[in-house]
Amino acid sequence: MDNISREPPLTLPHYLFIFATANLLWLLLVGEPSRQELILGGLVSLVVTLVSAPHLLIFGGVKLRIDAPLHLLRYLGYFFVALIRANLDMARRILSPSLPINPRMVEVETGLRSTLGRLMLANSITLTPGTLSVDVKDNHILVHWVDASPGVDLEAATREIAAGFERYLGGFLR
Amino acid sequence: MRLLADLFLLIGAAFALLGALGLLRMPDTYNRIQAGTKAVTLGALSFILGIGLLYPEWWAKLLVIAGFILFTNPVGSSSIARAIHLAGIQPWQRAASDPQALKAPQEDKSA
Repeated sequence: MDNISREPPLTLPHYLFIFATANLLWLLLVGEPSRQELILGGLVSLVVTLVSAPHLLIFGGVKLRIDAPLHLLRYLGYFFVALIRANLDMARRILSPSLPINPRMVEVETGLRSTLGRLMLANSITLTPGTLSVDVKDNHILVHWVDASPGVDLEAATREIAAGFERYLGGFLR
Repeated sequence: MRLLADLFLLIGAAFALLGALGLLRMPDTYNRIQAGTKAVTLGALSFILGIGLLYPEWWAKLLVIAGFILFTNPVGSSSIARAIHLAGIQPWQRAASDPQALKAPQEDKSA
């Protein structure tokens, strides 16, 4: 990325969020929530948070609001439906004898400001039907589109590719 | 339970096969990445689900693996795509004479 946007500084809730994430990862890796593991995990997560937080400015993109988990769940639901549709669509194209593809490079626009937000949007685009994120420049994402039939201009491409994800991602990312 | 697990493992194998077939059939690198990434990601998730049904006590670690795959797979694909884009490789397009070609007005991006 040529021009990473200036990240907002981390606040205390963000530190707590990083701590909770590290703790959750610890518990998932350990696999059994016994008291000993909880205490040890808490200590390790605390050290990890204090040492690595200055390098984790990317977490500043998380919106810590009360309804953020709800938006996250709705995003995940939307994402998995899109992922399965993407695979069936790709399977159909690969198995058709005529190979029905019409690839083009298109640009889509995003309203997400933070690095994390754009990362998640670009990742989502890559895993959904017929689209592959190629490059990110400012608020434009360059996308390779297997079937650009709906139109190659910025508005049509944004509407088709990015708008759905952005609505859900905007709920919990800047 | 055993049958359901086998079914998910079979679906995973089928998508891995589709990904390999896509690599052979697609005309250029961008399209090959598309075929490879998507089919193999869902295939891997299906494998993980199948293993989770066979060994339910592993669910926590399998969840971490699934999250890791979901997060790193698209990043890897996009990195390769960006590298070949910066190397100046143009995406393959259908010839205008092809009956399947896009009817929309041609936008020549000589960037």
